[in-house]
Amino acid sequence: MVSTQQAKKEFESAKLYTSVHNIDLEEFYSSGHRTCQGCESALVMRDFVKASGPRTVVTGATGCMYVANTSYMTTPWVVPWMHTQLGAGGASAIGMAAGLRALMRKGKIKDEKINVINFSGDLGGGDMGLGGISGALQTDYDLLVIIYDNESAANTDIQATNLTPYGAQTTFSPTGPARRIMHTKWKKNVAAMLAVGHPNCKYVATACATWPPMDYMNKVKKALSIGGPTLIHTLDPCPKGWDYHPRYSGELGQLAIKSGLFPLYEIIKGEVRYTYDARKQKRVPVREYLEKQGRFTHFIDEDYELFQSKVDEMWNDWEIPGVAPLRGILKLSQ
Amino acid sequence: MAAAMKQNKVYEREELASGTDGVAQAVRLADVDVFAAYPIRPYTGVMDRLAKFIADGKFDAEYIIADGEHSQFEIGKHASSVGARAFVGSSGTGWLYAMEALATTATDRLPVVALVGNRALDDPGAFGVEHNDAMLVRDLGWLVVWVSTAQEALDTTLIAYRVAEDPSVFMPCAVAMDGGYLTHSEHIIRVPTKESVSKFLPRYNLGKRVMHPDNPVSIAPQINEDWCMEIRRQNWEAAKRAKEVIRKAYKEFNSVFGSNYTNPFFDEHMTSGAETIVIGMGTVSSAAKVAVNRLREKGEKVGYIKLRWFRPFPTEELRKALSRAKRVAVIDRDFAHGGPDDGGVLYNEVRSALFDAKNKPKVVDFIAGLGGREISIEDVMEVVSVTKKCKADERVHWVGLRERKTGGTHVSMKR
Ligand SMILES: Cc1ncc(C[n+]2csc(CCOP(=O)(O)OP(=O)(O)O)c2C)c(N)n1
Ligand code: SF4
Ligand SMILES: [Mg+2]
Repeated sequence: MVSTQQAKKEFESAKLYTSVHNIDLEEFYSSGHRTCQGCESALVMRDFVKASGPRTVVTGATGCMYVANTSYMTTPWVVPWMHTQLGAGGASAIGMAAGLRALMRKGKIKDEKINVINFSGDLGGGDMGLGGISGALQTDYDLLVIIYDNESAANTDIQATNLTPYGAQTTFSPTGPARRIMHTKWKKNVAAMLAVGHPNCKYVATACATWPPMDYMNKVKKALSIGGPTLIHTLDPCPKGWDYHPRYSGELGQLAIKSGLFPLYEIIKGEVRYTYDARKQKRVPVREYLEKQGRFTHFIDEDYELFQSKVDEMWNDWEIPGVAPLRGILKLSQ
Repeated sequence: MAAAMKQNKVYEREELASGTDGVAQAVRLADVDVFAAYPIRPYTGVMDRLAKFIADGKFDAEYIIADGEHSQFEIGKHASSVGARAFVGSSGTGWLYAMEALATTATDRLPVVALVGNRALDDPGAFGVEHNDAMLVRDLGWLVVWVSTAQEALDTTLIAYRVAEDPSVFMPCAVAMDGGYLTHSEHIIRVPTKESVSKFLPRYNLGKRVMHPDNPVSIAPQINEDWCMEIRRQNWEAAKRAKEVIRKAYKEFNSVFGSNYTNPFFDEHMTSGAETIVIGMGTVSSAAKVAVNRLREKGEKVGYIKLRWFRPFPTEELRKALSRAKRVAVIDRDFAHGGPDDGGVLYNEVRSALFDAKNKPKVVDFIAGLGGREISIEDVMEVVSVTKKCKADERVHWVGLRERKTGGTHVSMKR
């Protein structure tokens, strides 16, 4: 295993942002999109392409970031962008990366570094396209897949996915007198699961577009500079799907992290590094986060308690808190 | 001619090759940049062969073993979008697993070439040939061509790239071949030299739509009712233009390689003066030609048409060729349950082509060889005799069914 010191060295070429003042002003995701006010998934787009710069090609899986984002003749993308199918994110990145590599090797186009990035939603990437993303992370192509997670199939009118949090109301999981809680699944641990299973993948991170400042953009830079296939999973507050006033998007992202509900980390060549260490900080009660969102208004005390106990279990009992649950869920037989 | 060919080194050698080997040779010679594989019988041999070319250093391409056919065909599509020449393929249920990618490759107008080694659709499992897999893309904007020998497989794959990548076409092309009967049968083929292939096949250039940082385009944004009609229309026009491009491609193919493709769309065997013409696609032509020869020896006026290009469908050419006859027997290695007059796919395509003919022959359908069942010489001879005898409303016949069942207009034939 490569030491963190060595890994750090490799990232030196990544030219990380050290202050918000040295973030480039140029935009490669500009006006023209029609996402909701306060949409953090849109910010995920804007920031990744700012960090990756103009020598980039992008595919976007079907979802809000396609339908609300990219209307004919009003595209916000300044870099080449192409739609890909809902479950085709990983394959689309392989196709582009393989094509570019072959053309460069054969001298058919100029040999240079071109960033290949796909973004897929929590349904497209976390559910339907998981096999394809797994396939992409098994290759040796330089590519980045971003699973932007607004915790629902937002584009089709807010349906539950396997990354929707426990109990949340969606159009597929309403609340009613007979079933107060319809969505009884716990959020799929998608980033860690992909990190654990793919020996070729040197960089996996979780992130939130707004907080801590620069964290997400720097993670994009690291993912693109380390070489090989990489993955970033972002948590994106979504005013429409989570049911809150758009002005609170930033605050909700912060609360998700500070409550320990959304663990923030990067895994560099197998080493886990917390970029916000909820073990060392006093965690904000998760209720503060949940209560601010309309999708949880049907919660009663026992629901909040269950949530809190699951978060506590994650930070206290897991083998690697927030990443690998071995001690908490799976146990070695004695 | 032969001497001239030798001088210019049009062919590098002869070899024993299966149908899938023929395609593999063409993919190598076409200098394909990216190919993606996933195993399913009977098309897989092409990928085995290409992998070996890579291992032996005889072929330079990116080779990806995909996690499923959906990914496999998406890889091909997106490789094509950055300007790389791409090759994929599948069979039967695998082809269907890729269906979403197949549809979007066509609507994105990306000239990927795919081999479909025709196989019966599940369930129940059957490895043998049926044409329904390839036919499922017939309305989507794919060019679809059937081949019936290994040489034709090689030649047609080169032609497929040439036609698909023509800027006035830009449509993907499926090269279909009968599973087992061609994927796994061996013939002597002539393998052209790389130099001669590069004379015939120019470099792939996607032009203004290529995904490259120097060309910041947005491909396939959401259009809704604003532009869908116009975009479908463009694709429709491209499919119409494809016919002329195909004609030109065969002409040049003949002149570069000394081949002898007279009519690009179909081959006619002893059709002159024929009162009954049998028409089919794929390897059934071997049995059909022998059957026709035997019947001709007996003085019967019979001919056979081997249809090659199914999309674009050579409507006028076929109308002309078939309306000279009194009777047309269509061999459908496919089914279209509940379709017009309960006939197969090809039957209704042929009938539709003949609708405007001044002289309308009687058209009879023969559903045959499903799931890989053999269509014998005797079967084809029987097809001709039933066609001559049957009443006008006895339209659809199943060839070689075990049980004799009659009902409505269906008459099955005993083996
Ligand atoms: C194969 C397929 N199935 C279903 C759909 C319909 N569909 C379009 S967008 C979407 C939701 C995608 O959800 P997600 O990936 O989470 O992205 P979001 O809309 O939340 O941004 C669905 C189900 C589709 N486009 N393709
Ligand atoms: S529904 Fe949510 S993800 Fe979609 S555009 Fe609105 S805020 Fe963004
Ligand atoms: Mg979503």
